[in-house]
Amino acid sequence: MEALLAQYTSVNLASVRYWYEVAPVHQFPKNGGVCVKYKGMQIAVFYFERKGQWYACQNLCPHKLEMVLSRGLLGDENGVPKVACALHKKTFSLETGENLNGDLPSIATYPVKVQDGKVYIGFKE
Amino acid sequence: MKKKVIVIGNGMVGYKFCEKLVAKAAEQFDITVFGEEPRPAYDRVHLSEYFEKQAEENLILAPQEWYEENGIELCTGELVTAISTRKKTISTHKGNQASYDYLVLATGSSPFVPPIPGVHKNGVFVYRTIEDLDAIIAYGEKMKKGGSFKASVLGGGLLGLEAAKALLDLDMEPSVIEFAPRLMPRQLDEAGAKMLQTTIEGLGIEVLTSKSTTDITGDGRIEEMHFADGESHSTSMLVISAGIRPRDELAREAKIEIGPRGGVQVNDKMQTSAPAVYAIGEVALYQEKIYGLVAPGYDMADICVAQLLQEDKAMEGEIDMSTKLKLIGVDVASFGDAMGELQESRAIVYEDKNKGLYKRINVSLDGQKLLGGILIGDAADYNMLLQMTQLEMPLPPHPEDLILGPRNGEGAAMGGVMDLPDQALICACESVTKGDLIEAIGEKGCETIKGLCKETKASTGCGGCKPMVNDLLRETLKSMGKSVKAHICEHFPYSRRELFDLISIKGIESYDQALDELGHGDGCEQCKPALASIFASLYNETAVKQETIQDTNDRFLANIQRNGTYSIVPRVPGGEITPEKLIAMGKVAQKYDLYTKITGGQRIDMFGAKLNDLPQIWEELIAAGFESGHAYGKALRTVKSCVGSTWCRFGMDESVSFAVELENRYKGIRAPHKLKGGVSGCIRECAEARCKDFGVIATEEGWNLYVCGNGGAKPKHALLLAENIDNATCIKYIDRFLMFYIKTAAPLTRTAAWLEQLEGGIDYLKQVVIQDSLGIAEELEEQMGALVNTYQCEWKQVVDNPELKQRFRHFINSEDSDDNLTFVPLRDQKMPKPW
Repeated sequence: MEALLAQYTSVNLASVRYWYEVAPVHQFPKNGGVCVKYKGMQIAVFYFERKGQWYACQNLCPHKLEMVLSRGLLGDENGVPKVACALHKKTFSLETGENLNGDLPSIATYPVKVQDGKVYIGFKE
Repeated sequence: MKKKVIVIGNGMVGYKFCEKLVAKAAEQFDITVFGEEPRPAYDRVHLSEYFEKQAEENLILAPQEWYEENGIELCTGELVTAISTRKKTISTHKGNQASYDYLVLATGSSPFVPPIPGVHKNGVFVYRTIEDLDAIIAYGEKMKKGGSFKASVLGGGLLGLEAAKALLDLDMEPSVIEFAPRLMPRQLDEAGAKMLQTTIEGLGIEVLTSKSTTDITGDGRIEEMHFADGESHSTSMLVISAGIRPRDELAREAKIEIGPRGGVQVNDKMQTSAPAVYAIGEVALYQEKIYGLVAPGYDMADICVAQLLQEDKAMEGEIDMSTKLKLIGVDVASFGDAMGELQESRAIVYEDKNKGLYKRINVSLDGQKLLGGILIGDAADYNMLLQMTQLEMPLPPHPEDLILGPRNGEGAAMGGVMDLPDQALICACESVTKGDLIEAIGEKGCETIKGLCKETKASTGCGGCKPMVNDLLRETLKSMGKSVKAHICEHFPYSRRELFDLISIKGIESYDQALDELGHGDGCEQCKPALASIFASLYNETAVKQETIQDTNDRFLANIQRNGTYSIVPRVPGGEITPEKLIAMGKVAQKYDLYTKITGGQRIDMFGAKLNDLPQIWEELIAAGFESGHAYGKALRTVKSCVGSTWCRFGMDESVSFAVELENRYKGIRAPHKLKGGVSGCIRECAEARCKDFGVIATEEGWNLYVCGNGGAKPKHALLLAENIDNATCIKYIDRFLMFYIKTAAPLTRTAAWLEQLEGGIDYLKQVVIQDSLGIAEELEEQMGALVNTYQCEWKQVVDNPELKQRFRHFINSEDSDDNLTFVPLRDQKMPKPW
């Protein structure tokens, strides 16, 4: 179990070494999430279409260790963008990964960029 | 320099000590905690929940990271083996040594195992730790496979009854064996214990009292118990819950003073006989007693923290042992001088064997004060009665009103939480008074229950005071001229009913438009599904139209299950199905390796479907003539039926035909919560129609229509709306009733809860639906008619549209399935690997 969690560590913009090209923008649901497969990992990507903002995080919910976060509802809490897990509505900040309605461990977040109509996720390798 | 504090024991009290110490003076101390269990502190009060959910995270009080963040060194799985009070050091079984400035013993207690011959046989357990529970579950499963279901609990106290409930949850047949002549002999009087016994016997738990166990026999494992009265009792396992013994071995070895029957002697400052050594919780012997409740343990932790900070604070002379809990679904409470033994008093007793109620209060001889009491079956008034006892508040002129309630239409006898003085202790676990709460609401601006609990820590222990905290918040805000906002969330300053009207009047067609015109921000998991439901009710749009505002189940048109796979429930109107369709469904389940089960609503649920298989599965189901069952939606589920006059010799009318008609009429209609219906062909009520949101029962002269019932956590029988009506009238009334509910209820409110909040109740509803007192009946019928006439199966929409099918891929960049799924065999099928 811990091995599963250990696969995911946050990447900040400065430490990105590789930008993985996922898909063109039009394939992403507006104001919703999708899941991306990358090197045995599952990464959730969220598109806040109203503000043109993108976020990525681990698809694994730290509560019950299931691959479900990409299927959760998007929103904000006092302006902080968040996702509510599809299983038990645990909410996580998409900026810091922090669990907003409990004491669960934080989730790993990843930078996203859009270039020439294509969406990329930033990884260390 | 920082002082070194060592805490031995990481149970609830040890954890509470750490929490209080770091909150007050983290910078002054270096704290090290030793716990012999392999995990951080967990909540033993709610241990039996482990059986229901089997998830230890639910019980963990603070994760490992909490200790790290607060600079506490947590050594789990490490046993302290010796203390030197002279050198001020401890040593552990790993050979580590550590020195302390202050030592806190929070080693708790261990279960007392009576020295009965045969007690060490296989199949005999104690009930204390998560490991004990795991062992009990594993053994129980093994016994059940071998066909033996009988399990016993030795001891009919609080914990013993919890253990019996746990065994019941394991689907075993528990017996409780108690030495005393009644259950919970320390908390309940004879009549109260009898009432509790009758109630739990009704739930399938056998109770044997006045049984002194003399011998446990069996070939290697327990098979039989023998009692002093010559009787015997066969059982395949035994859980011992015969009291606790303080874990005082360490202190004893270190020559710290121990009581004659065990327990580390402490004074009212929690000091032991050794300097700088304190004892708290169940290991501490205070006033010659061990306290097995969490509240006194927390108080001791508080006193001990005060000692370390050189504050002047001492333990109360009299420890309150009042307690309220839900035992096996039955409210049980005892407070103050529960049995009227400590001083002369007069008891007022109310007993209702029909409803399983027993209430007793003890009133002082002068009739001025409440001294204590017992509540069985309904403990809603516990908090108020406890406050009246503790604060010695004056009694009402007729003290019997306290347990009987006002009987002549006048106001409540004891008033509400607002009548309590400010020093009233609302949350005993965290010592939060009414004054503290009012200050947090008024001065710190806590205006939500969540914020208030976070600020004051009230309700974070056992949670029993939550209703009172809720009342207090509502009333305090009201007195400040504010109201508790019925806003659906922070993004829309409206109630659902207001939003329904606004969206309808303004003709708002999408969630984004609603946010622009009525709300702000990005929305959230509360307002999105609430508005999705409103759009569905106004325009009958299916969940595929605005898919990212749907709750997860609606977005993927299936019910998400524990491991992120889905279950599929095709519609089977009225529970009537042809052999051909049964075969077709069986073939689909076989092909996609699905676990199948009959639901409570007379249809078939197929579990374990992968997200990316859903469109293909539905293509095959639709080809076989099925359509969506909307089991995933806040929508009509089923209209359950009995077989009715077509086959049944008692039947008065064709219940199946009517159920099929009703289910087809209302299928697909979204509502604030799920909707269920039922039709019974006669008064025997085999379809359980009165447990439904709408239920119809045939009589000799037509149908009786009942509304607003439900099963679930708060079961409620539906109430009679109209009698002896024909089919057309019945449909007319249900149309009006459902539409009225859909338009006016708060989000996620079932019809029963909606009716409770509806001023005027069922009589008012009759006026609206039958007499048309609001003049809206025609409009309601038209709106319902529009929904009925524009029904579409949303799964058909998906399988007919390749673009929509794309939404069901697990990955945007791969056709693979989720690679994190593991199933294990279960009987002849499969289940997700347990969490």
